[in-house]
Amino acid sequence: MSRIQRRFEQLRAAGRTALIPFVTAGDPTPELTLALMHRMVSAGADLIELGVPFSDPIADGPVIQRATERALAQGISLRDVLAIVRRFRETDNETPVVLMGYLNPIEVMGGEVFAQAAREAGMDGALIVDVPPEESHALVDAVKAQGLDLVYLLAPTSDAARIEAIAEVASGFVYYVSVKGVTGAGHLDVDEVSSKLDAIRARIELPVGVGFGINTAATAAQVARVADAVIVGSAIVGRIEALAEEGQVERIPAVVGDFLGELRAAIDETDHGDQHG
Amino acid sequence: MATRAEDLGGGEPPVMAAKAYQWPDAGGHFGPYGGMFVPETLMHPLTELRQAYARYLGDPDFLRELDADLRDYVGRPSPVYHAERWSRELGGAQLFLKREDLNHTGAHKVNNTIGQALLARRMGKTRIIAETGAGQHGVASATVAARLGLECVVYMGEVDVARQEANVYRMRLLGAEVVAVKSGTRTLKDALNEAMRDWVTNVDNTFYIIGTVAGPHPYPAMVRDFQSVIGREARGQMIEQTGRLPDVVMACVGGGSNAIGLFYPFIEDPEVAMIGVEAAGDGLETGRHAAPLCAGEPGVLHGNRTYLMEDANGQIRETHSVSAGLDYPGVGPEHAWLKDSGRASYVAVTDDEALAAFHGLTRTEGIIPALETSHALAQASKLAPTMRKDQSILINLSGRGDKDMQTVARLEGLQL
Repeated sequence: MSRIQRRFEQLRAAGRTALIPFVTAGDPTPELTLALMHRMVSAGADLIELGVPFSDPIADGPVIQRATERALAQGISLRDVLAIVRRFRETDNETPVVLMGYLNPIEVMGGEVFAQAAREAGMDGALIVDVPPEESHALVDAVKAQGLDLVYLLAPTSDAARIEAIAEVASGFVYYVSVKGVTGAGHLDVDEVSSKLDAIRARIELPVGVGFGINTAATAAQVARVADAVIVGSAIVGRIEALAEEGQVERIPAVVGDFLGELRAAIDETDHGDQHG
Repeated sequence: MATRAEDLGGGEPPVMAAKAYQWPDAGGHFGPYGGMFVPETLMHPLTELRQAYARYLGDPDFLRELDADLRDYVGRPSPVYHAERWSRELGGAQLFLKREDLNHTGAHKVNNTIGQALLARRMGKTRIIAETGAGQHGVASATVAARLGLECVVYMGEVDVARQEANVYRMRLLGAEVVAVKSGTRTLKDALNEAMRDWVTNVDNTFYIIGTVAGPHPYPAMVRDFQSVIGREARGQMIEQTGRLPDVVMACVGGGSNAIGLFYPFIEDPEVAMIGVEAAGDGLETGRHAAPLCAGEPGVLHGNRTYLMEDANGQIRETHSVSAGLDYPGVGPEHAWLKDSGRASYVAVTDDEALAAFHGLTRTEGIIPALETSHALAQASKLAPTMRKDQSILINLSGRGDKDMQTVARLEGLQL
């Protein structure tokens, strides 16, 4: 059983919804990312998504684009990201870490070399944003041979046939993009999300995380009612950016930790209410 | 060789039927290149586009509408011109120019924007978006949007907005909104990223007109098909004028749409050599260039696998060329395949060589070419003297040079 599966089974047994924060590795520095990962775990993160910076992030909105640029300005590479995960594993052997990124840096490293290095670093899965199931055969083989999970996106426009194609290759969990748009977009409609999740669950047995428009504790709580995991990225990265610009980098773990704490409390309240209501 | 024309049915352009060359495959691949490397959010719009394109490609009513616009609005067919003085001066092969510079808006770009905009209207889309580098594709998109009464938004890197003021003004005159893109290198590739983000967000009413044979399937094939009117016409015109096919067809390659447009109808004529000319900028050895086929490696960018300019970590590198239209770190996937399969060859010429050719054609033939086109002219002027006088080179004169007056004047220390 993979670390991701184990984590979702524990959560299911406890009747809890997962909280998954996303941060871009190396934003604003690799040292800070490591400290931040530990702080996020103590604030209630169940799994961490670590963004691998890429020069042309077509699925990302302005907030994560700027985070990517801050990381790239320091020359952060895919190998550097894996080094962060390796250091994280020195003191945390439980919290799953999923890399989220684009294909080209992985292609340059080589699919098999990447998969082996990722497993050795203690990474648990990868979500490669620009690799749909149609194009992922070689990579699926390489990644799965190392026992890693491959996480896929699903969109409001994914029809039954696409959901089934993704069910064939996905493992760990699937990530439902709650709005038409890029990361950090607004206007999440919980009813719409809920009915789409029904269609997904009819075809995929994996846990379903929801993200792309969740920026407050209230929205997190609403989404927790219908999703297996609440994924929050731009709202965290925006806080990192604000503090980095004010020259208060050392405050980032505490501020992000407090924000995640709020989200965690709101989600727990929902989970608790569902159990008893 | 004079019998060739009879074999091919006289001066009539041969019908493109029963071709052995069948790329791309159903998934949009040209050998190992191309494909659909996009986020799940883009799969649905691409599927919708693919289905609509397949439907209208075989719709006589759509094709009639397209042909009529190409004739009456663009001014097709564009002539093939025998550049006799220039040929004599070089003392070798005869040089022929396919005059895409005479099209409405001054370049080949409009062949494609007309096709895609008519498709957008058939699909019921009311808003078109486009990316642009130098502004030529933006102008061609804004032009057809004005004609069809469609809303138009053009994404352009902030750097390009500053250095292409005249084209920005032209697009605004035509009623388009020009959005300055501030992310990444603030140039063409970032404009393309931003247009894709817009498309994902506004897919219900929006059609994305990509300006070159790059991007995810079906764009490389669709843009090729719309641009291949260039080669279809030129093939017939060469036979009519010379009684045979050219020995060489040649074009500049940035994304590669004018080159594919010329090459595609000659792919199954093995006696015709195909040469694409990339921008070597300051020289391939300096690293300051825009020549992924000559000096890059295969990778994945903007939805397709192709040759790219990238660093050791897979980040896309900044490019350099005197011509903004060639300043792109990728290239259409079909060119990558034509290179690997050996059907076409690719070379690069420097900024200085292109500028010399720019002045050369202007003085010898009274035709001011675009700086992009000047790269192909520079290569032709190297190749022609090594060939016999009864051989011929057909060059795609992809655009006129009026847009480059400021750039060329500045390089000569003049302010216009």
